[in-house]
Amino acid sequence: MGSITLENVSKVFGEAVIIPKLDLEINEGEFVVFVGPSGCGKSTLLRLIAGLEDVSGGRIVIDGTDATELPPAKRRLAMVFQSYALYPHMSVRKNIAFPLKMAGASQAEIDKKVSEAARVLNLTDYLERKPRQLSGGQRQRVAIGRAIVRQPSAFLFDEPLSNLDAALRVNMRLEISELHQQLKTTMIYVTHDQVEAMTMADKIVVLNRGNIEQVGSPLELYRNPRNLFVAGFIGSPKMNLITGPTAEGYGATTIGVRPEHVVLSQTEGDWKGTVTVAEHLGSDTFLHVDVPGIGLLNARIGGEMPLRHGDTVYLTPQRDRVHRFNAEGMAIKA
Amino acid sequence: MATTHTRSHARLMMAPSVLLLFLWMIVPLAMTIYFSFLRYNLLMPGMEEYTGFLNYQFFLTDPAFFTALGNTLLLTGGVLLITVIGGILLALLLDQPIFGQGIVRILVIAPFFVMPTVSALVWKNMFFNPVNGIFAWLFKLFGAQPLDWLAQIPLLSIIFIVAWQWLPFSTLILLTALQSLDEEQKEAAEMDGAGFLSRFIYIVLPHMARAITVVILIQTIFLLSVFAEILVTTNGGPGIQTTNLTYLVYAQALLQFDIGGASAGGIVAVILANIVAFFLMRMIGKNLEG
Repeated sequence: MGSITLENVSKVFGEAVIIPKLDLEINEGEFVVFVGPSGCGKSTLLRLIAGLEDVSGGRIVIDGTDATELPPAKRRLAMVFQSYALYPHMSVRKNIAFPLKMAGASQAEIDKKVSEAARVLNLTDYLERKPRQLSGGQRQRVAIGRAIVRQPSAFLFDEPLSNLDAALRVNMRLEISELHQQLKTTMIYVTHDQVEAMTMADKIVVLNRGNIEQVGSPLELYRNPRNLFVAGFIGSPKMNLITGPTAEGYGATTIGVRPEHVVLSQTEGDWKGTVTVAEHLGSDTFLHVDVPGIGLLNARIGGEMPLRHGDTVYLTPQRDRVHRFNAEGMAIKA
Repeated sequence: MATTHTRSHARLMMAPSVLLLFLWMIVPLAMTIYFSFLRYNLLMPGMEEYTGFLNYQFFLTDPAFFTALGNTLLLTGGVLLITVIGGILLALLLDQPIFGQGIVRILVIAPFFVMPTVSALVWKNMFFNPVNGIFAWLFKLFGAQPLDWLAQIPLLSIIFIVAWQWLPFSTLILLTALQSLDEEQKEAAEMDGAGFLSRFIYIVLPHMARAITVVILIQTIFLLSVFAEILVTTNGGPGIQTTNLTYLVYAQALLQFDIGGASAGGIVAVILANIVAFFLMRMIGKNLEG
């Protein structure tokens, strides 16, 4: 239950090719995150899996059966939308019960499943309210409740946290992760936020212009980005990408050094530069250093570091954590 | 910042327009009430005298009154039924992506721009005419006896004419309501396993409830006072089969020259309209909340 396979799936809107041929394997029980910049086709890919869009070519196999031509309702998938898409004129209870009612379940069964879902999601006290009387996080939970009562073989989340404020987002991130631990159902989650991807995923799929750039666990992508795009996209603050003679010294067209893999010294080092901005977060200090001949570099120093604008510092990359890329932007294996 | 000071200023500033609106309403109403208590006939100028409630008694016991009342309600209800149901169906059709959508929408709105007298004449002479009308031609095509619409089913014929005029209005309002429905809601319902009919009943119709309320309220106001269509086509006849309250008041005032009686009829019509409005607001007013 819950394995999804995409074979040669493509999507074309008129002249515009949104997704060229693409293959992907999603195993049962996995938490898969599609991540990429806006317009990379990640939402379209999710809608193709959901059946809300027709594929232009290829096959979608869900639980071993060809679902390419099946209507959305028959695919046994549940989706949580970015706008939550709650039915505004129905109470929370009726919203959650709607898919069961459509499936023709008995009233007793509906009542049982709705109260069960409400208990799991802490919505018991809000069952008789209308969606407009709920906060953003509660609406989010109702949308999830509507999805779980159907006991689908997989959940699809389309940027579900983008309408919430930062604090709530962190909370809901945890709640969704916990839900996945409880239900052990396959989940596919679309986001443009790489932090969400890194924190929640078993497997991240990095998409760019409809192409899969890399598939792997969060730390795999962090340690071994396959190309420049993944290297720049995964990790915060962004990886420093350096070209020119410095990179040639490493035998590459471009080298990448993560800000946390830079050793800082005030007396000696490879690159001498001037601090332009120092951001003191307490737990970390982010330095923006202007190095002549290389450009602006970011460095992340653990703990407090009393440096200010205009100070001179020396930066040295950790040799074993330098990523090397060739002229095509692909990683050079060590 | 709305302080007490600025608020009292605002009231002062608004006073002239409010006063003007109040006079606009109260002067005609007061005059009508005044006339309704006079024996005032245009054929006997200068002979006006106070008659108490005689005009009201006369108007309310007129056998034509209850027929007119029934006709008014039938006309209003019939047109509402056709325009709301037809409007929903047309809006559903027009919401589909089709070739030449812009032109089709303009064509649908067109009847609303035709003046009532003109459209009534067009219907009377080109559609309903038992000799030359297009319906007569259609009937003859199938070998049937042509129907003399305005003579045999006069009220229904007028309902058709008025419904034809108001259908664009309801279609337009309901179409905009339909288009404001969140696409994701429809998709969510689709994923929840709702078929077309379930989606229409549980998602689309509740979403349009407010727009339907607005259509019913606005149309009722105008439909209670349909006049031109009746004057042009049937003159209230045959007999009084198509006489509504508006037409009855007109007949009283300008065919029988009885201003007093007509004023009493006018006041009765105002009271009836308020009763209808009261029940209408009670019935569907809750849709406008929230």
